[in-house]
Amino acid sequence: MRSVRLVAVAWSLQLKMRSRSAFDGLLSLLWPAFFATTIFMMFRQGGASGPALLSAAVGSSAMGIWSAVSTTAAFALQMERRQGTLELFVLAPQPFALLLVPLTLSMATIGAYSMVATLLWGRFAFGIHISIADPLGFVVAVVVTVFAIGMLGMLIAISSIRYRSAWALGSAIEMPVWLICGFLVAIDDLPAWVRPLSAVLAPTWGVSAMRAAAAGHSPWADLGRCVLAAAAYGAIATVVSRWMVRSARAHATLALS
Amino acid sequence: MVCVAQPVIQVDELARTFRSRKGLFRRTGKEVEAVKGVSFAVERGELFGLLGPNGAGKTTTIKMLITLLMPTGGQARVLGHDVVDDARDVRRKVGYVFGGDRGLYERLSGLDNLRYFAELYGVPPRESKQRIAELLELVGLDGREKERVEGYSRGMRQRLHIARGLLHRPEVLFLDEPSIGIDPVGARELRATVKNLVDTGTTVLLTTHYMFEADELCDRIAVIAQGRIVALDTPAGLKQQVATGSVLEVDVFGLPDGVVEKVRAEPDVLAVAVEVQGQAEVLTVHARPGTDVTP
Repeated sequence: MRSVRLVAVAWSLQLKMRSRSAFDGLLSLLWPAFFATTIFMMFRQGGASGPALLSAAVGSSAMGIWSAVSTTAAFALQMERRQGTLELFVLAPQPFALLLVPLTLSMATIGAYSMVATLLWGRFAFGIHISIADPLGFVVAVVVTVFAIGMLGMLIAISSIRYRSAWALGSAIEMPVWLICGFLVAIDDLPAWVRPLSAVLAPTWGVSAMRAAAAGHSPWADLGRCVLAAAAYGAIATVVSRWMVRSARAHATLALS
Repeated sequence: MVCVAQPVIQVDELARTFRSRKGLFRRTGKEVEAVKGVSFAVERGELFGLLGPNGAGKTTTIKMLITLLMPTGGQARVLGHDVVDDARDVRRKVGYVFGGDRGLYERLSGLDNLRYFAELYGVPPRESKQRIAELLELVGLDGREKERVEGYSRGMRQRLHIARGLLHRPEVLFLDEPSIGIDPVGARELRATVKNLVDTGTTVLLTTHYMFEADELCDRIAVIAQGRIVALDTPAGLKQQVATGSVLEVDVFGLPDGVVEKVRAEPDVLAVAVEVQGQAEVLTVHARPGTDVTP
C-alpha cells in the first residue's frame, strides 16, 4: 500500500513539474501533429483508406507515447544528476527501481496526451473516421500500453545511474522501436529474425490490443502479454538497478555531471 | 554489568582513492587519494566538525559515511551498521544536507518538495502533513511554502534543505558545508537552527572550511588536510595546541644600548626584534606560551 501511495504522489508531483514549462507544452502540441501529418499523408499517397487509415492512426498515436518516453526517460536521470537530486534518490531507503516508476509513468502520461491529439488531428484535418468498436477494451488497452511503455522507459533509464552518457540510448532506440513493434508496418512484413525482438517488447502487444479493440476483436490476450512483459521489466529493473547503484557508488559516478 | 555506549559514528582507517581513465585507444589511468586512512568516533548527541580547506577530503568522507560512496580502504559504522554491507539500514537513520543551490526541484513549491521527499524517505502518511508543518516553522519558511523554489533566495533554499534532511527524524544528521554562499545573517540563523537540533538530541557531523563556524558550533573538531586528520580536539584544545606563545610589541623612542640583549637573556623569551618605523622603533618580544611579558 505504501508503495502504491509513493508511486501515486510522486507521479502527480512529477507530472506537475513537467507540465509547468510553456515551451515543453508547445512542443508536446506540435510533436504528435507532425508525426500524424507525415504518416497520414504517406498512407494517403499509398491509397490507404478505411480500416487501414484507422490502424495507422492508432499506430502513430502509440509512436507519440513511445517517443515521449524513450527520449526523455534516459535523460531524466541525467537531469536528476545535474540538479543534485540523484544522490537523494539513492539515499532514500526505498528500492531504487520503485522511485523510477513515477518518473517514467509521468512521461508516458504526457505521451498519452499525444494519442488523443493524433486521433483528433486525424479526424478533423484528414477526415479519418475514428470508429472504436470496443471502447472499454480500447481505453483499457491505452492505459495498459501507457503503463508498459513507462516500465520499458524505466528499464532504459536505469543504465544512466551508472553511465552518464547512457541517456543517448533512449534517442538511439526511439525510431527502431517504431518499426520493431509494428506501430506502422505489420510485424509479419519484418524479417524473421526481428520477430523475437518484437515479442519481448511490451508496446508490440499494447498496440496490437488497441487495434484489436478498435476493430471489434478481443484485445485481452494481447493485453495479458503486454502486462506480463511490463512485469518482467519491473523485475529485471529491480535487480539491475541494485547492481547499477552499487557500481555507481564504487565508481563515484552519482555526483558527476 | 557495565554497559558501555557505542559511538554513533565509528570510523577506522577509512580511505578512498578515485581512479579515472582517459584516451580512446591508449587509455591512461590516474589515481587520486582523496582520503588517506582517517579515524575518529562521534558520540551520541555530539556536534562533531570536520574542518579543512577545499579538496581536503571532507565531502568524500561524509559521502562514504552516508553510503553514497564505497570506501576503498578501512571501515566505518553508523549507528552500528556497516556503511558498505548495511547501506539501507544506514540510510533509514541518517539525514544528509549539502550546501549550494542544487538538490531541490526548482519548478515545485517548497511544500511540494517536502511532500515528495517525505514519500521517498518513507514518512508515514498520517505523520507527513504535521511533520512538514513543524519543519517549515523550525526553518522559518512557514508562509512561503507555496512559492516555487526557483524564486527562493539561497538562504531559503538552504533552510528548505535542512527541513528535507530532517523529514524522517534522522538520528544522525550530516551537514556538508551548509552555510556556503549564504550571507552573514542567513548563516547566523542557520547556526542557530543547527544548535537547536543538537539541543533536541540529534547527533550532527558538520563539515566546514570556516574556522569561526566550527569554533562556535562544534563540541569537537577534526582538522583534515590532504586526506588526513592532522588534529582532533575540542575547539579550546585545538587553540591551545596552535598557541605559539605570547607576543609583545612596544613602541619606543631612543632605545638604550644593552636593553635588547638584556630582554633576550630572559629565560622565557624566545626571540627579540627591533624594527625602525619613522621616528620610532618597535620592539617585538616573542615569549613562551603562558609567560607574562608585560613590563
